[in-house]
Amino acid sequence: MSAVKMSGSDRLENVNPQLFATLGDRARRDEDWDENVTDPFDSREVFDLIRDINDPEHPLTLEQLNVVELDKVQVDDHQNLVDVTFTPTIPHCSMATLIGLAIRVKLLRSLPPRFKVRVSITPGSHASEVAVNKQLADKERVAAALENAHLLNVVNQCLIKPTEE
Amino acid sequence: MVLKELQSLTGHTGRVWNCSWNPKGSLLATSGEDTHIRLWGKEGDQWVTKTILSEGHTRTVRNVAWSACGNYIAAASFDGTVSIWDRKNGQFECNATLEGHENEVKAAAWAKSGNFLATCSRDKSVWVWDVDQDEDEYMCASVLQAHTQDVKRVKWHPLEDTLASCSYDNRLKLFKEDDDDWVCVSTLSSHDSSVWSFAFNNDGSRIASCSEDETIKIWQEFKPGNEQGIKTPGKDSAWKCVCTLSGYFSRPIYDIDWCAQSGFIVAAGGDNSIQVFKESDTSQDINAPEFEKVLTQSEAHSEDVNCVSWNPTERGLLASCSDDGDVKLWTLTDC
Repeated sequence: MSAVKMSGSDRLENVNPQLFATLGDRARRDEDWDENVTDPFDSREVFDLIRDINDPEHPLTLEQLNVVELDKVQVDDHQNLVDVTFTPTIPHCSMATLIGLAIRVKLLRSLPPRFKVRVSITPGSHASEVAVNKQLADKERVAAALENAHLLNVVNQCLIKPTEE
Repeated sequence: MVLKELQSLTGHTGRVWNCSWNPKGSLLATSGEDTHIRLWGKEGDQWVTKTILSEGHTRTVRNVAWSACGNYIAAASFDGTVSIWDRKNGQFECNATLEGHENEVKAAAWAKSGNFLATCSRDKSVWVWDVDQDEDEYMCASVLQAHTQDVKRVKWHPLEDTLASCSYDNRLKLFKEDDDDWVCVSTLSSHDSSVWSFAFNNDGSRIASCSEDETIKIWQEFKPGNEQGIKTPGKDSAWKCVCTLSGYFSRPIYDIDWCAQSGFIVAAGGDNSIQVFKESDTSQDINAPEFEKVLTQSEAHSEDVNCVSWNPTERGLLASCSDDGDVKLWTLTDC
């Protein structure tokens, strides 16, 4: 069972989620060890930041649930743009905003402040996609949400790395 | 024309949400995530921190508003309260705290007459307060529930006791007092997303609004019996969107200000730029005015620009503040 219950009900919304294969570690290249090479941020690097975020309901990562995928992460290092779309496991998932917020917070904390981050729902995958996207894009409401100690705690739970086995 | 950076004012910790000039243009109030209000004044050629107003709030101070007399400051905070500061004893002191909103307070504004204060909140309401400054008393005169979402900003008409607000519900609304109550007299619909801010022109006959939809819109007032034959609802004016400026910004536009002296409109937002617009010399038709961009200051700040404000007395002097933690002063110079 999940470590934290956030749906407020005793029943799981998605009782039996489908599991997906995960990507392995990024392949190392010789120039990765060269201090003189400047590596721009790429989509794999940003994906690696968010793939291990915990699902609020299941003890599984967003990658294992296919909520985030490598090809749904767009990065333009030169233009300072990061665009992530995520796919809720079910179209009425009440935790879509929370998942989006966790992705935003993770990227906010990890990336240099020059980046403009957009986090939105994969088109067609959620019943309230427009409303959720608008809320996630509203930086004032995101800022206010992160001053809410309870909500911040819930988000932090999603961002804690599972203990290595 | 060139926008020349005069000075960068550092001192706040974290995001700076607001910068606003006192009516004389001698003090700049700034506020932000660090819950402080800083008052900046000029010493010689430099602008320096004169005062830090702290301990008024426990969370972000989103917006700071000066009264028309310059002796009062109202600060709107995410902690759900509005603090009122006055300088009856020489220094600004907090002598009242207004409570009542259920959620973050997003903005406050004093009526030019000094009779009213308005506040707005994420709880979707706009409150109008009767002001008795001698007694430090603020009585809630009306709770306006006209918006269906988070209300982002309130401002008063420059000449009349008419209040305007803008919201996450994509609309602007105008309110007037009617028989001891306040009523919504106009709804301005045309933006496709949240309206972050707006500004009246010098005589209050036009409003410029800016939005998450990356456009600026100019709204024209048509009074009852107007020459253009625009229908008005009874004794109240009709407001029509007469111009949309699109394609200039690639991110949400968070603030806009209309200079009462020069007529220049300044806007800024999520693409780090500050842009200035003015009505074209060839613009004639009140129904379809033309506006042109005067200049773009790209990368005015290194992150989102949250607020821009023209100095009310020194023509061309502009203040801006940003998520990058800085406040900047600029001058618009003819070249």
